[in-house]
Amino acid sequence: MSHPFTAPVGMNRRHFLEHVAGAAALAAPATAFTNSLLANAADMKKRHKSAILLWMGGGPSTMDIWDLKPGAPTGGPFKPISTSADGIAICEHMPLVAKQMHHLSIVRSMSTREADHMRGRYYMHTGYVPNPNVEHPGYGSVIAHELADQAAGLEIPPFVSVGSGSVGPGFLGMTWAPFVVDSNGNVRNLDLGIDPGRLAQRLEMLSTIEGRFISEKRGGSAEDHKKVLDKTVKLMTSKQMEAFKVMKEPKEVQEKYGTTGFGRGCLLARRLVEAGVPFVEVDLGGWDMHADIFPTLSTRKLPELDKAMSALVSDLADRGLLDDTAIIWMGEFSRTPNINQGAGRDHWARSWSVVVGGAGFKRGVVVGETSSDGKEVVTEPYTSQDVMASVLKSLGISLETTFTAKNGRPMKIANSGKVIKELFA
Amino acid sequence: MRTICGLFLSIGLHGFLGVALRAGVLAASCLVCAAAADEVEHYGIPQVKFINDQIEAGWADAKLKPSDPAADGEWCRRVHLDVIGRIPSLEELQAFLGDSSPGKRVALVDRLLGDDYVDEYARNWTDVWTTVLIGRDVDNDMVSRPGMRQYLRRAFSKNIPYDRFMEDLVTATGANANRKDVESFNGAANFLTGKMEENGVQATAKTAQIFLGIQVQCTQCHNHPFNKGKQNQFWEFNAFFRQSRALRRFDGTREIQWIELADEDFAGEGGNPEEAELYYELRNGLMKVAYPVFIDGTEIARTGFVPRSLEDGTRIGVNRRQELAALMKASPLMPKAIVNRMWAHFLGYGFTKPVDDLGEHNPPSHPELLDGLAERFREQSFDIKELIRWIVLSRPYALSSKTGKGNQQDDPSLGEKPKFTHFYLRQMRAEELYESLLTATEADQARGGEEAAKKKDQWLSQFIIAFGTDEGDDATTFNGSIPQVLMMFNGDLIRQATSVGKGGFLDRVANGGGKNAAKITTLYQAALARHPSPKEVAAANAMLVARKGDASGALQDIWWAVLNSNEFILNH
Repeated sequence: MSHPFTAPVGMNRRHFLEHVAGAAALAAPATAFTNSLLANAADMKKRHKSAILLWMGGGPSTMDIWDLKPGAPTGGPFKPISTSADGIAICEHMPLVAKQMHHLSIVRSMSTREADHMRGRYYMHTGYVPNPNVEHPGYGSVIAHELADQAAGLEIPPFVSVGSGSVGPGFLGMTWAPFVVDSNGNVRNLDLGIDPGRLAQRLEMLSTIEGRFISEKRGGSAEDHKKVLDKTVKLMTSKQMEAFKVMKEPKEVQEKYGTTGFGRGCLLARRLVEAGVPFVEVDLGGWDMHADIFPTLSTRKLPELDKAMSALVSDLADRGLLDDTAIIWMGEFSRTPNINQGAGRDHWARSWSVVVGGAGFKRGVVVGETSSDGKEVVTEPYTSQDVMASVLKSLGISLETTFTAKNGRPMKIANSGKVIKELFA
Repeated sequence: MRTICGLFLSIGLHGFLGVALRAGVLAASCLVCAAAADEVEHYGIPQVKFINDQIEAGWADAKLKPSDPAADGEWCRRVHLDVIGRIPSLEELQAFLGDSSPGKRVALVDRLLGDDYVDEYARNWTDVWTTVLIGRDVDNDMVSRPGMRQYLRRAFSKNIPYDRFMEDLVTATGANANRKDVESFNGAANFLTGKMEENGVQATAKTAQIFLGIQVQCTQCHNHPFNKGKQNQFWEFNAFFRQSRALRRFDGTREIQWIELADEDFAGEGGNPEEAELYYELRNGLMKVAYPVFIDGTEIARTGFVPRSLEDGTRIGVNRRQELAALMKASPLMPKAIVNRMWAHFLGYGFTKPVDDLGEHNPPSHPELLDGLAERFREQSFDIKELIRWIVLSRPYALSSKTGKGNQQDDPSLGEKPKFTHFYLRQMRAEELYESLLTATEADQARGGEEAAKKKDQWLSQFIIAFGTDEGDDATTFNGSIPQVLMMFNGDLIRQATSVGKGGFLDRVANGGGKNAAKITTLYQAALARHPSPKEVAAANAMLVARKGDASGALQDIWWAVLNSNEFILNH
């Protein structure tokens, strides 16, 4: 039953090319020479797909950002500005993203039912409404799981969540749980403090104890514990951990993303994607604006978002990574078209927007339309399942995939959502 | 000498007399035989018998065969963890294992619930309830965690009845922080001080959820799609909180110093305090009116005035939160909600999942047991310690976590309803791990005080993630994740626990005399409450060889491995 843990002696097993790719990526190439070295190595290494979810915790008011209704009683004070994508206008407080809109597309016809934070958060991450009998895996776990083959040489976790906990792996198991780090990329307690040989001996002893307990058939968590141990050992001894050192980026790059938590998180996401991580979620919370929404948006939230998101999109495009990297911007729901007595907006799920881009998505288009007051979707409405199905398609993941939940029940990937066809050429 | 007589003494009034009273006239000559059988089954405690009967009936229905009873060491470990929040010390374990009297389990439970352990009991339940009541966020200036803990420690030390506990929290007024310059300190106020924004929407949702097991938060904005919750219910419940204010006190600086929770006249949104109403908006934009109405339809007076005497001596006004507490006390949902919560604490799963959703759309696994225990809890004057006693002395709590062919399919993690045919594995809470490491390493630290609690908070904060909503939702990465394993591998707490410094635990074991085999056994007992297997002894000897005879270094390696094992961190 009990196999010894992977001893940390595998550092010389890696292929030369991976070293080249890794080292070039980590050195943050500034010259054309290293850039082309990186490009060549990446090509030889086989291109990998990734996704970055920009999670807007709290529920951002999308009619003040992506689907403005100037002049309507519900419209608020913000003005639309034109963008680099023909015919698309977004909020005046997003001038930098406006210049990148040709890489992105807006779905303005989202219509969902979950307007409670925890339920909405679960639903938008998994495509399923919460169910007491089964825990569904979220985006990160599903995509990391489906792209596991291409990430075979990956020693760091395939699903990294920056600044928030995302949603767990559900029935896929703790192997696919998010690895949560803060936006500085700090990973605590990495330092061994003892020499690797001694660690190997300790792990041998530990393996004996773990194996005995597992063999007694006390439940799945005993085995899960061992799996996570194995992954931890791998990560502790991996050179790929360099990817987390976001502070090693040149100062001007850091400043381009903004020296905010979200800015650093987006920069970290780019580094992780470069290193081959299939899924990164970056959290920007604080959108739950029940009061004084407009000054909060225009002076605080939108500038932070604008800087970081635009830097991420243009950086990925400049590095040739955008065609293999899907970007998803969304929160758990949006906010009421009616402005409340406290000059805020409350929870609203009936008509709202999400933004996608990169990977296999058609870019620079708007999908769907809401009524003049923003309260209704007047075209075909789309759901969380549909967005998820579309993201999976953009990454080349088969929508025919069916998981088997722990109870033996089949679970269709993305809850059988339908692809939003306007997002594909 | 604790034989049958000892057993009688330890059963106490509730158990023994309870049997006699319920059974009607019981011949004196039968008492000894009856008690002898009880010893195995239910210790003569009728509530324990009720639990066993109900659970066993469930096994028969599902054609499941329960696991064997857990070993004494395992049972001793789990009861310490669940009642006082840490594993047993070496001395406590050895005393229990060395006791051969039939009443030793009852005796241990009574000891853990008695005066000897009152501080540790209070510390554990303060940890549990702090998270339930105010979450894990340590940076909320609307809440004083020390204030909250001070109230909880006192409440659990005194074992105040649960209905009064609920009432204290729901009706609290006063200052939330204990300061020299504040007279009206009331730590219980912290449950609500951080939940009064936006007309007390959070106060409404959390009060219903925690104390009644009703999820009303979704009905704030609309009728619930799949339960009976209606939007008016949310706002009628909310109306009970409309006299309440969380007043920020600044003390001359710009930083909030403390919060004063107060009840004031509510003028009503219609401007008539005699009929103080509120308005809420339907999804179609229509406005509707709401007055305080309890979830069972009971209305209270609509006046918004707080109670007072007029000049002529007539009393007017009503305190809405006090009225609410009275209605909650009488509601059958209140004892059901706490029984379900406590059952989940001890058995790993509640009768419903999540534990705080008892709505009709979410039927419990054992409805009769839930109702019956709730009734018995009310009959016992809401005595929390009695409820704990019944649960930990029950048969399902004493089963092994090892499964066999007859019950492997009983696995609630697969989405099946729990049948409780074996003890379900679960990971220690972060607080339990922290305290257990202190215990296992015999760390000489003052436990249970506010200083210790703050230190623990600081350590816990590495695992806390906030979700960025106004409701202060948070979660913990202390859930079997890589950061948790890294902490157990390399963290300060583990370094301290495995240090070989002079006078420390390892040093004492290493230099305490005796053979190496006995030293290894000591480590196993201290952490896992069992002896090492022959294979483990062999592995330990290999460590000794690898360390070239440096026994203290080898013991350090073994200790590290034991503390990092699944068996240590999983309550089994």
